[in-house]
Amino acid sequence: MSIFKPKRHSGIHYSGINPKGYHPSQLKFYVILLPLALFMLLPMAFIFSHAFKPPDELFAYPPRFFVINPTFKNFIDLFSKMSGSGVPVSRYLFNSIIITGVTIAASIVVSSTAAYALSKKRFKLKKALFAINTVALMFVPIAVTIPRFLIIQKLGLMDTFWVHVLPALAMPVGLFLIKQFIDGIPDEVIEAARIDGANDLFIYFQIILPMIKPAIATIAILTFQATWNNADTSSLFINDESLKTFAFYLTTLTSTSAGANAVAGQGIAAAASLITFLPNLIIFIFLQSQVMSTMSHSGLK
Amino acid sequence: MVNNNIQPESKFKLWLTKEGSAYGFLSGYALMFIVFIVVPVLVAGLLSFTLFDTIQLPKFIGLKNYVTLLTQDDIFMKYVLPNTIEFAVIVGPGGYILSFMLAWMLAQLPKLPRTIMALILYSPSMTSGVAMSVVWLTIFSGDQNGYLNSLMLNYNLIQEPIQWLQSPQYLMPIMIIVTLWSSMGVGFLAMLAGILEINPEMYEAGSLDGISNRFQEIIYITIPSMRPQMLFGAVMAIVATFQAGAIGVTLSGANPTPQYAGQLIVNHIEDYGFLRYEMGYAAAVSVVLLLMVLLFARVANNLFGSNE
Repeated sequence: MSIFKPKRHSGIHYSGINPKGYHPSQLKFYVILLPLALFMLLPMAFIFSHAFKPPDELFAYPPRFFVINPTFKNFIDLFSKMSGSGVPVSRYLFNSIIITGVTIAASIVVSSTAAYALSKKRFKLKKALFAINTVALMFVPIAVTIPRFLIIQKLGLMDTFWVHVLPALAMPVGLFLIKQFIDGIPDEVIEAARIDGANDLFIYFQIILPMIKPAIATIAILTFQATWNNADTSSLFINDESLKTFAFYLTTLTSTSAGANAVAGQGIAAAASLITFLPNLIIFIFLQSQVMSTMSHSGLK
Repeated sequence: MVNNNIQPESKFKLWLTKEGSAYGFLSGYALMFIVFIVVPVLVAGLLSFTLFDTIQLPKFIGLKNYVTLLTQDDIFMKYVLPNTIEFAVIVGPGGYILSFMLAWMLAQLPKLPRTIMALILYSPSMTSGVAMSVVWLTIFSGDQNGYLNSLMLNYNLIQEPIQWLQSPQYLMPIMIIVTLWSSMGVGFLAMLAGILEINPEMYEAGSLDGISNRFQEIIYITIPSMRPQMLFGAVMAIVATFQAGAIGVTLSGANPTPQYAGQLIVNHIEDYGFLRYEMGYAAAVSVVLLLMVLLFARVANNLFGSNE
């Protein structure tokens, strides 16, 4: 940067996008954003606070927002509890962890291989197939619950582990984001490798995969959110209680607490909500910079 | 690919060496895509022309389901459709504009505060409405112990507790607030990334061309420079809006919702499909829902699509 070049800040016009530091002109945005962020934070703060409340604070009148004497009692109660049909709560949590892990791994493989083909391979239907996937971005799974139900029944997937995993692999937005990201890798890199005699598998594993780590991280997060928070699969396709997920167990806690014992189950439900929510947050904090770099390729033309 | 009895000239072999590996790479995803997206959509289309109760085989009845839906389904016409449109129009474009404005403001802050606030705004969308229902059920609880009731009683804003989630006049606004709260999702992140990517020289060029205020800057520089992200964000907002349809049932704890006040098209499908087992009719409603999504996406495409 030459010192003779006028600095952006001192120019005729200063657009404050992506500033390096503090500038008084940013104050107005803080005035709007800070209160709003705090307001958005309230429900989450509530979950944290509620999960650690002892019974007398849960039932206190008037109700208090923040916990005074935090305790792990709700968590201990949660894990010493059995569901109505005698399945320990740890079993649901175990199911969720395994299902989420397997789904993320499978989703990364399936989406990234397909994205590689759609981005870098030459074949006749390439454009058409990508266009179909782009239309499918608008797909609303909840709209076709019934046909899905019938198909899953016909395929014999009811009450199996795989019914948790397989439908989650058809994630158009995942394929779309990885494909856009691979588009950013110059073709020359791949051509050069091919001239050196590299085959497709080598190119995929040794060149593509190491270069698309941010996109992979993004898919991992999106798949995590879709699977870890999924209660519908368990309630629609699984009758065997020992195959259901933690998110499903959470819905049973809140739906019963909506009725007769509205307050009694609150602490336990809040503890379970916190366990559901926290991994989402932690994973996102770790991977947020990767996600942002993927998102800058996300444009839909 | 070991196959011993093919001739070297065989067209298939030629195709296989040329394009085979591409399809090989695609196969896993394609299979799942066909089984869980394409086929369900086709089946919904086909079933919508039938009478199907899951016990007997589907019976073809032509357009009767659609005719019934449009002419005889009072609940659909009086509650479900207006509710869905109200909900979709406020949450869809509303959440989308909110996402854009927030992303735009965040982009003017230095990296650390921007990242922290983006994280806060994004975090509600990480978790499903179901996972947070304990919060809403406690805050909007109908007895005097509910947080909102207690607060309002305390300040004498109300004389007695309000049954927030069971009252037809409050259920819909609460559904909208809850969904807006979690509407800063993937599209929001994409738009934030898009704004940050814009070349600063664009703004300088704009100011030389006579752009004098921030509003003009947004309209003439920011949005046109990030059309692709705007469109992606719009599509994500539309999908999230229609996908959030179950929130009314989650909050009120009943399908149908009290006096159908929070009944959305998704709940109507579930009502007919899984509670009344009229699968053919439910499929027709599904098709209407998919068409609504396409219509919204069409509008977004006209606004931000690349082919002017």
